[in-house]
Amino acid sequence: MDLYEYQAKELFAAHGVPVSPGIVVTSADEAVTAAEKLGTPVMVKSQVKTGGRGKAGGVKFAATIDDVRTHAGNILGLDIRGHVTRKVLITPASDIAAEYYASFLLDRANRRYLAMCSKEGGMEIEQLAVEKPEALARVPIDPAAGVDAAKAAEIVAAAGFDDDVRDKVAAALVKLWDVFVGEDATLVEVNPLIQTPDGDVLALDGKVTLDDNAAFRHPQHADLVDYASENPLELRAKEKHLNYVKLDGQVGIIGNGAGLVMSTLDVVAYAGEKHSGVKPANFLDIGGGASAEVMASGLDIILSDPDVKSVFVNVFGGITACDAVATGIVKALEILGDAATKPLVVRLDGNNVAAGRAILAAAAHPLVTSADTMDAGADRAAELAAAAGK
Amino acid sequence: MSIFLNGQSKVIVQGITGGEGTKHTALMLKAGTNIVGGVNARKAGTTVSHVTKDGAAVELPVFATVAEAMEKTGADVSVVFVPPAFAKDAVIEAIDAGIGLLVVITEGIPVQDSAEFWAHACALGNRTRIIGPNCPGVITPGEALAGITPATITGPGPVGLVSKSGTLTYQMMYELKDLGFSTAIGIGGDPVIGTTHIDALAAFEADPATKAIVMIGEIGGDAEERAAEFIKANVTKPVVGYVAGFTAPEGKTMGHAGAIVSGSSGTAQAKKEALEAAGVRVGKTPSQTAQLLREALAAS
Repeated sequence: MDLYEYQAKELFAAHGVPVSPGIVVTSADEAVTAAEKLGTPVMVKSQVKTGGRGKAGGVKFAATIDDVRTHAGNILGLDIRGHVTRKVLITPASDIAAEYYASFLLDRANRRYLAMCSKEGGMEIEQLAVEKPEALARVPIDPAAGVDAAKAAEIVAAAGFDDDVRDKVAAALVKLWDVFVGEDATLVEVNPLIQTPDGDVLALDGKVTLDDNAAFRHPQHADLVDYASENPLELRAKEKHLNYVKLDGQVGIIGNGAGLVMSTLDVVAYAGEKHSGVKPANFLDIGGGASAEVMASGLDIILSDPDVKSVFVNVFGGITACDAVATGIVKALEILGDAATKPLVVRLDGNNVAAGRAILAAAAHPLVTSADTMDAGADRAAELAAAAGK
Repeated sequence: MSIFLNGQSKVIVQGITGGEGTKHTALMLKAGTNIVGGVNARKAGTTVSHVTKDGAAVELPVFATVAEAMEKTGADVSVVFVPPAFAKDAVIEAIDAGIGLLVVITEGIPVQDSAEFWAHACALGNRTRIIGPNCPGVITPGEALAGITPATITGPGPVGLVSKSGTLTYQMMYELKDLGFSTAIGIGGDPVIGTTHIDALAAFEADPATKAIVMIGEIGGDAEERAAEFIKANVTKPVVGYVAGFTAPEGKTMGHAGAIVSGSSGTAQAKKEALEAAGVRVGKTPSQTAQLLREALAAS
């Protein structure tokens, strides 16, 4: 889960990373109240989970209360790379003597962590890495050892910080590491980390990605989920513990196993090229078991998506036999009754496939067509979606 | 011949008394696996009842620790079915005991736990080969299964398979069931895993029974790109590839914790291009990939 800047900074503050105060608001009136409390000048910052906010006009300096009202009004509702701004952060406009960059992240390729740090913050880190790679220190972190004061000193030395700020940046790094490990993050990034004219070091921005697999040991992370901005179908799926991602096509997809479902999306997209360009409408992995109840929950969510014109059920019977899966589909359609209104193409393969197909044939549900192969099923489902009108 | 696992392997199950452990112990025995016991500290000293491939009843001893199980049975392989919250301790225990092969089936382990046990394995000189986590494990058809791959799909044969995905492994074994497999390995869909595509490719290259290799990848990370470089430099046997996730949107996790396109990195297109640049033919669909494998095998 990615966090908003204000949420990241709240975690930073909880772990002792120095941050500027801020108030998050959802209207221009609230923005004014917040600015009056903090005292102008302030920054008005769009809270969206994407980069490039500044360039998109989502971060503005407000010298006066009138400016705050104007900027907050403009920024609320602003679409930044497909993310609509619903909240803005009001924070004192800090005087900046120098801008730095600091992050800790999971280094998948090397199966450890990486610290990245630079004296030259402010610009996008991807840009810095390309244009001035020598200015970006990369220091590997051993997961068994972590970051202590000595490791932090090594990182700031590698980044070439001057003596006057070295200790303060190193101290901030130790606290940031505390956020990374303590919150089970896969990314903690501060850009910019600043030095004020008084010589203090502050995190002026924050980006944090939390590991969803670690949610069981951080019950408080559930409060960080922003339900208002989540897709309602994805929320419903999450409540039912289904692995669902909404996409922008017309062919609903149900399958078992993440890899097979991803592959099914691709095969449907290829098939769609021949059928008015229809595309997959979602990712839905119902897991290895594929029981009737799970199948019914999955079908229910997909059929309630108004974008869906046809459904492709692609199941490989591995441990679970195809006859059990077929029974699950028939029962699921019984449970749904009149709610099932869109054509279903079902491809079963693997364990007990003949028995599975026989069960579907015997049920002879008017909405269900059987397909012998994944490619043929994808083609048929795409054709049905195209015929129903894209 | 095979890689990593064979009929002589002596296998224990960590979590043998749990629901998943019980179910899959039965299936592994049915596949011919020589299971010699299991581990559960709270039930140490008891036994669990199962049936071997030949239908004979067997009482499998439950030990307190992996070290004790190894000492009493000579086990050299362990399969982990322990829930995510306890998986790290179970894995570290097995590494400390010096087990040769450790297959971690558990899905949902926090990545910091995986990074920590991987660092621990490295610190001890990588004497334990870890497969997974979040994987279906390894099967040498006709000989042994350490994991949850259905053993009924196909038998022994000349194809070696390595895949991030379980169900795509099964699908590909099914597509090529007339040929059969030397060994099929699911390496897992998590961001941090033990055995990589490269490790499996190197082992298949060295295995005389393997005549051709299928490599299945998916979005996220750059393991496929690195495997492509390895193939170009080190693999003489024919390799065909498949990559899932061309239609995955940026920034969304697609089922597997590691299956995510971040910015412009980790895309299926980049992986396909890297493999093709290394001379690997990449199928557009699983069935087309199977066809490419048949062609490669016929031509070799």
